[in-house]
Amino acid sequence: MTQVPPSPAVSIRTVSKSFGKGIYAFRVLDDVSLDIGRREFFTLLGPSGCGKTTLLRLIAGFETADSGAIAIEGEDVTARPPFHRPVNTVFQSYALFPHLTVEQNVAFALEEQGMARDAIRRRVGEALEMMRMGAFARRRPAELSGGQQQRVALARALAPRPRVLLLDEPLSALDLKLRKEMQIELKMLQEEAGITFLFVTHDQEEALTLSDRVAVMQSGRILQMGSPREIYEAPTHRFVADFIGDINLLDGEALPGGGVRLDSGTVLPAAHAASGRVTVAIRPERARLVPAGTGALEATLVHSAYLGTAMLHKLELPVGGTFLLRQSDPAEAAPEAGRRVGLSLPGEALRVLAQ
Amino acid sequence: MSVAFRRLCLLSPALLVILLLVGVPLCLMAWVSLLDKGGSAGVDWSSAPSAANYVRLVWEEDFDGTMILNTGYLLIFLRSVALAAVTTVLSLALGLPVALWMASLSRTGRDVMLLLITIPFWTNLLVRNYAWLIILREDGWVSQFVNMLSPWPVQLLYNDAAVAIGLTYSFLPFTILPLYTVFEKFDWRLLEAAHDLGATRRRALRRVVLPIATPGIVAGALLVFIPCLGAFVTPALLGGGKTLMLGNIIQMQFGASRNWPFGATLAVVLLAIMLVVMTAMALWRNRRTA
Ligand SMILES: Nc1ncnc2c1ncn2[C@@H]1O[C@H](COP(=O)(O)OP(=O)(O)OP(=O)(O)O)[C@@H](O)[C@H]1O
Ligand SMILES: [Mg+2]
Repeated sequence: MTQVPPSPAVSIRTVSKSFGKGIYAFRVLDDVSLDIGRREFFTLLGPSGCGKTTLLRLIAGFETADSGAIAIEGEDVTARPPFHRPVNTVFQSYALFPHLTVEQNVAFALEEQGMARDAIRRRVGEALEMMRMGAFARRRPAELSGGQQQRVALARALAPRPRVLLLDEPLSALDLKLRKEMQIELKMLQEEAGITFLFVTHDQEEALTLSDRVAVMQSGRILQMGSPREIYEAPTHRFVADFIGDINLLDGEALPGGGVRLDSGTVLPAAHAASGRVTVAIRPERARLVPAGTGALEATLVHSAYLGTAMLHKLELPVGGTFLLRQSDPAEAAPEAGRRVGLSLPGEALRVLAQ
Repeated sequence: MSVAFRRLCLLSPALLVILLLVGVPLCLMAWVSLLDKGGSAGVDWSSAPSAANYVRLVWEEDFDGTMILNTGYLLIFLRSVALAAVTTVLSLALGLPVALWMASLSRTGRDVMLLLITIPFWTNLLVRNYAWLIILREDGWVSQFVNMLSPWPVQLLYNDAAVAIGLTYSFLPFTILPLYTVFEKFDWRLLEAAHDLGATRRRALRRVVLPIATPGIVAGALLVFIPCLGAFVTPALLGGGKTLMLGNIIQMQFGASRNWPFGATLAVVLLAIMLVVMTAMALWRNRRTA
């Protein structure tokens, strides 16, 4: 017997969306297609205004797509109102009900489902405990700090245990320590309850550590989709490489049969199948400092910063432009600022990107 | 100069106005309600104060001197409260959708609607009620239209319904405006949140929109109910002298009957009813927001 693979939790097919009319029309989402697996932790990354919230709003049903279709667990929901979709949202703006207490806010969806009183009380207690908000159950949203409100918004969307949870920068207002705690709580809940997460964040570290898969968006398009490791180590676009983490980008010309001639004239032994103008990308932690004259590139050390777990060196290239280099052992001796040094760039660490 | 003294100084103009224009007349009215009626002046200022006027509201002296129950005034009180309540409910039912719709308009649309709603205030109340007289009377087109549809003859004018229609028309803006100010500030994202959590449009209206609009609803209800209780132009014209309200008998005592003390008695009782209603509303609201 052949097993039919389960339909994806969320399936987005060639969805486009514009705001405004006529000459003022502004395309916010451009032919987006996306499949999110069941129980997957999927993260959208991208600069402000690239359409992340709009995509979430389309899935939740607050906006209608100009074209394309959206299915949740195999059922087409394109024409369904929000209250008939098995998703809950943690809103970027929280949208807590001001006239209800914290616990009434969290109980809202459970009451709509007609759950028994006892079960509601238990579920609300659990959700608030998880968000470390148990002590604030009787307060109203206006009497809470921004971070506390955000945690109530999270508890409210989590409490009904939806099939799919849409989280729009749900931890943005929390301090670092609390954010780390909440990340762990969210990840555990996601795995235990088997909820599919569609997560939006501006915190790359958060995206890389939590996600099963990441999609990088730019101006309404998805540029690259893949595991955090793929996105970080094998970016396919200059934009993706630049957007995720620190990276050094060196422009040059692809040589037929391998290698890239940089604009400075240096030839780097980078493997590629490209032609024409390209960019060579290398992460700061993949390059190494070597004595002047022995590396692939020459540079002048401008500044060294002690990061605790590493040293970050800022170097000046002779043709102009800076180069970042991360030395993983801060105890290792480093040259003083102003000295000429060599840069060793291992071939396998070089990524050649079309421009 | 102490803070308390400074505060008193700054408040004194307002306090003075309240004392002179509200406090003194109220006391005067309460005092007059305890006196006897006089000859041409309406009040016998030299009479001894007594509660006789209040007794007269409910009891009547029979020919042989025994006191018998007089339900006449009581009925007018009840009818006034009932008509005011019906008018309040009608105004809210009509005002709520209008206010919601106005809040959804563009800037200019809202301004135009606000203008349209305030235009009737530029016309005298008497004139506007006469207009309804013409609309509802037997040879008017509304009456003819209704009678065409109805299998039995329908009288639109000179009854309680006519008064309720006239009052609702007059007071509708007083529910629309406070409700509109609430909805204008309403954060519509809350509606999205409610839908997101599974509430249908109706449930979201009941659980989110109406509770947040409660201050506007209470304000609108009070602004209609209280002046309605004392209304006398509309019942006089559209009620045709048959459907009397409190305002009419008060006006009669001060006018034709020249019985100011009894008029004052009725006014004091009216005031008491209003106070009870307002206190009840305030308590209800406090309980809800506590
Ligand atoms: N209702 C709307 N009308 C017109 N333009 C809109 C509307 N909503 C969003 N936009 C535009 O669509 C674009 C995408 O907005 P969106 O909120 O999806 O961005 P985002 O990726 O969530 O950004 P951020 O990271 O800042 O939250 C923006 O340029 C925004 O100005
Ligand atoms: Mg956003």
